[in-house]
Amino acid sequence: MARDRITKKWEVFAGRNRFYCDGRLMTAPNGGVFLLTVFLITGTCTLFFIYDCHYLAENVTIAIPIIGGLLFIFTMSSLLRTSLSDPGIIPRATPEEAAYVEKQIEVTNSANSPTYRPPPRTKEVLIKGHTVKLKYCFTCKIFRPPRASHCSLCDNCVDRFDHHCPWVGNCVGRRNYRFFYMFIVSLAFLAVFIFACAIAHLILITKNEGQFLDAVKQSPPSVIVATICFFSVWSILGLAGFHTYLTTSNQTTNEDIKGSFASKRGQENMNPYSQGNVCLNCFYILCGPVTPSLLDRRGIVTDDYRAEISRNVMPEINQPMKNFGIPVQNGPSQVTLNASEMPGIYRQTTETTDSNAGSVTHLVSNEQPLAIAPALQKSSEHQYMSQTSLNQAPVYSNILSHGQVTLSKSQSYANNLNVTDKSDVGDLHLDPVVLRDTSAEKRKDDKLDNDMTLQEKENSLLSASRLRLLQDTTMIESALDLDSLDDSSLGTNSQAGLMKVVV
Amino acid sequence: MSNHHNNGSRAGETEQMAPSQCLKVFIQRDYSEGTVVKFQTRFPQELDGRLERQAFEATINRLNGYFAEAESATCSTYCEGCLACLTAYLIYICKETHYEKCLKKVSKFVAEQNQTVYEPRGLKLTDPSMRGLRVIEISCLDRPPNA
Repeated sequence: MARDRITKKWEVFAGRNRFYCDGRLMTAPNGGVFLLTVFLITGTCTLFFIYDCHYLAENVTIAIPIIGGLLFIFTMSSLLRTSLSDPGIIPRATPEEAAYVEKQIEVTNSANSPTYRPPPRTKEVLIKGHTVKLKYCFTCKIFRPPRASHCSLCDNCVDRFDHHCPWVGNCVGRRNYRFFYMFIVSLAFLAVFIFACAIAHLILITKNEGQFLDAVKQSPPSVIVATICFFSVWSILGLAGFHTYLTTSNQTTNEDIKGSFASKRGQENMNPYSQGNVCLNCFYILCGPVTPSLLDRRGIVTDDYRAEISRNVMPEINQPMKNFGIPVQNGPSQVTLNASEMPGIYRQTTETTDSNAGSVTHLVSNEQPLAIAPALQKSSEHQYMSQTSLNQAPVYSNILSHGQVTLSKSQSYANNLNVTDKSDVGDLHLDPVVLRDTSAEKRKDDKLDNDMTLQEKENSLLSASRLRLLQDTTMIESALDLDSLDDSSLGTNSQAGLMKVVV
Repeated sequence: MSNHHNNGSRAGETEQMAPSQCLKVFIQRDYSEGTVVKFQTRFPQELDGRLERQAFEATINRLNGYFAEAESATCSTYCEGCLACLTAYLIYICKETHYEKCLKKVSKFVAEQNQTVYEPRGLKLTDPSMRGLRVIEISCLDRPPNA
């Protein structure tokens, strides 16, 4: 990088976000759908203002263009704020902090033990009397704070992660949830308003002309506007209702889908983050104080800063310069599986750890690939024999026989670690498996979903297919945190899956 | 260390980063009261003999106080949020939020503590917002990393 010009911190930002206006604006990569949203809203509104509004203002009341205009400005303002601001990205740890954390969680390995015990990758904390599991993020090198999750599309941990919304072209998290919510609600009002006005316009013309077809001929744009609004209003209303429910109960979409606070087996499971009642939750989420962006995007990159983010802590680590736009390799020994080329299906971060001399290399993955389609699994069985452990656990978990060996202590220290065979050491295919399921498989999934809703033992399959279904039907869930389902839905099943791999 | 949360007017130059190779202690977040920003007050062993326990606790408690103030759900913060919503969030372009003001106070406090307490002892506090409010970093300027 040229030394003579000033480098701002956004230019060396580690995630995959895009920045505009010298770092003032930021958004997720692939903003195509966002442009479609903007085009749909502005296009429909333009047609409405030119044709319907004009007529209604002259024949009914001047209030209609005023209300429409205000709603439109509000909607666009919240949309742009949602998509162009920082959703609450948690900056990655400096190598020193990562090394410190690593030292803190180190487990003592006895010198002559044949297996190496990697440190636990989860940490339990008590929040208002509720145990919450914090997971270690291999990319950001932090224990994710409660409610935070890693977005595979943006490659960042986002605080109070709700979901990655392609329609607004950004993650929805702690910092922009209120904008997102107001966008959805105002868009619902706008769509209903425009639809009503377009219909009113057509009816008024029909009254004058006598024939509905004449009205259609006289004002075809009204028909177009009404059609667009009619088809979009249902999903928008549904989404607004859903998010109203989430807001009143202080949950995120991510937590709702994972069922983090659903009562399990008759056991009450309270949401520890709730403010107490519905009104307080709404106020807190929509009007409460919000953390400013922690990225310091427009800060100047000093040599110290450069050194800080790229210094080698352990001799063997070669932490690459984290450049914007380049997928960052991570993990102590730089073996990373980055399946983010296939967003939404699953995301894995894998690393090999062979620090103990003469020890066995274990393949450690902190994230369960949950939503692997059966088709993908079948093919991966022949093609990727050596890495079956990477993508099998949950889906096959319910068809295991009981003759499996139990987990040894070193393997059961965390539910979400997969351990490979020793024979795999020299043959680690760590390429991402990029296969999409066929639609036939999808239908099978849907069917399974309906058939098994009551069977608790097939919980994991259910939630996996439910996630897939959601993801297939609505685009919004495409970047939900598929990899970190709660233990409620995995629990013992994932261990069963693990056993199969080990045997 | 006044480089904080303020578009444009950050003074990244004034900040003197801790020398790269030295022992660093990280105070982690305390989540017992939810996701509000709060740091653990447990005294780290590494600082034994370098810093009095009381001084350390006073600093952390004071910082926690600032963050509690920043995140407190009082009438004025709600009014601020409502006002922002009514102006279609355009007010944020020109007005600083309550939280940003509090973070400035934190930066000021950290700088002051560095001057009066930490630097004379060969230590250095790093503003937690430089570390994404995840940790408070305390560098021991005269100790190598593996000491």
